[in-house]
Amino acid sequence: MIEVRNLTKSFDDKTVLHGVDATFYTGKTNLIIGQSGSGKTVLMKSLVGLLRPEEGEILFDGRDLLKMKRDEIADLRKEIGMLFQGSALFDSETVLGNVMFPLTMFSDMNRAQQRERAMFCIERVNLLGAENKYPSEISGGMQKRVAIARAISLNPRYLFCDEPNSGLDPKTSILIDELLSDITHEYDITTVINTHDMNSVLGIGENIIFINKGYREWVGDMSQIYNTSNEALNNFVFATRLFQEVREYVAEHGTIAKRKS
Amino acid sequence: MLLTESLATFGRYCMFMTRAFAIPDRWSVFGRRTIAEVSKLGIGSIPLVLIISVFIGAVCTIQMKLNTSSPLMPAYSVGLATREIILLEFSNSILCLILAGKVGSNIASEIGTMRVTEQIDALEIMGINSVNYLVMPKVLAFVCFMPVLVVFCMFTAILGGYGVAIFTDIISVSKYEYGIQAMFTEWYVWYAIIKSLFFAFIIVTISSFYGYYVKGGALEVGKASTDSVVSSSVFILLFDVILTKLLLQ
Ligand SMILES: Nc1ncnc2c1ncn2[C@@H]1O[C@H](COP(=O)(O)OP(=O)(O)OP(=O)(O)O)[C@@H](O)[C@H]1O
Ligand SMILES: [Mg+2]
Repeated sequence: MIEVRNLTKSFDDKTVLHGVDATFYTGKTNLIIGQSGSGKTVLMKSLVGLLRPEEGEILFDGRDLLKMKRDEIADLRKEIGMLFQGSALFDSETVLGNVMFPLTMFSDMNRAQQRERAMFCIERVNLLGAENKYPSEISGGMQKRVAIARAISLNPRYLFCDEPNSGLDPKTSILIDELLSDITHEYDITTVINTHDMNSVLGIGENIIFINKGYREWVGDMSQIYNTSNEALNNFVFATRLFQEVREYVAEHGTIAKRKS
Repeated sequence: MLLTESLATFGRYCMFMTRAFAIPDRWSVFGRRTIAEVSKLGIGSIPLVLIISVFIGAVCTIQMKLNTSSPLMPAYSVGLATREIILLEFSNSILCLILAGKVGSNIASEIGTMRVTEQIDALEIMGINSVNYLVMPKVLAFVCFMPVLVVFCMFTAILGGYGVAIFTDIISVSKYEYGIQAMFTEWYVWYAIIKSLFFAFIIVTISSFYGYYVKGGALEVGKASTDSVVSSSVFILLFDVILTKLLLQ
């Protein structure tokens, strides 16, 4: 469980996060949603210590990140996997090299085992056959999937994904969502996902935190989102015609058929 | 204002260096990266060093002959003066100024690009000391390989002058041969090598420093790469004065 209390972060004199409170549960897919520019990436980077907030507490199962020393943070980070919005793959390594990288740095496996584990992760993101290509030789969506494979290769306890399915087609997007949801439940990971993809929100949102202009505006799960009275959230979620109709359908029939059933 | 800013930058450089000099997370990875850097930064510089040294050696010989032709000077002084210039300054300071352009800009743009594409953040998030991981192999590789470049430079530059003696009638081969051996001081070779070690350190650490703290995008990476060449050149010249005073007195 990760608890965030009163998190405030500014750049120069522009405050991006205003006293955000949030709880991210273990074994659940926790979604941070919000418009472009609302502060999702800044929140996520603060959570993992890449940005230093001016105020607040970030408790990783009780351990306060903001009070840790550099080597304590390094130790904590060995339990963290992260997917960056821009993938951040190492240009000089192949797909396989990228996925194997955390294993070579931190695991006790031998080379063959590392390779096997990496190939397993590559398979889970549907990229078999691309393992010997360089990041510059594959598409943006494929890069994203490589980055996911790299983030999960060490079986992290905490998984952070900044827009895992932006730039992916709907089908691959669902595949990635399901992968993230599956590993979260399978390995009991605390997963935090930034997204503004409504399919993900309605598909895997077990704990949804809505950020609006740097304020935490709403918290709930995917079933509560249909009948929220929060205006900002309504405008955000039901911005498209399709989702307006989905809401009407749900109001009539109670629910939509579950995707995975 | 300028003073406080420079002091602040120097402070950040020192903190950067303390992070660089840490125990590597994995020795095997460190070793592999160091070897890769030797090949990229060191062996990759050999063609450039070769071309420059041959030509400068030749030009030095011609200039010496043209500008010091006086009946009072023995003919072998051309070879002798060429050798001293090459050993004392060209093979280390000038060579390193040139390498600051090649190696320094390469390092700054490589690390800078990793910074703006969040690859450094990705390293940090894995719990890796990114400064140590990126900078130490480069420092070790380039500092260790530098003496090779220096000696290679001396050798090829003197060969360049030799070429002038063979292929032109500016100076006779025997006079040149005598000149390059006359009154030889072995210490000058060591002096050149010692200086070059400092210069290599300056080039790698300053350009890494500039690359590591890039903020922004591709434009800033270009600027960092230029800045790193300027700064490392200035520091090479400054240390050239200091080291010459210390080593040759
Ligand atoms: N390094 C920075 N320096 C100054 N301002 C920044 C910096 N990073 C982010 N911001 C500002 O913080 C605000 C929130 O940015 P953030 O990247 O968190 O948005 P986001 O919610 O992730 O948007 P998107 O969905 O488009 O990725 C933006 O207004 C941005 O201008
Ligand atoms: Mg973002």
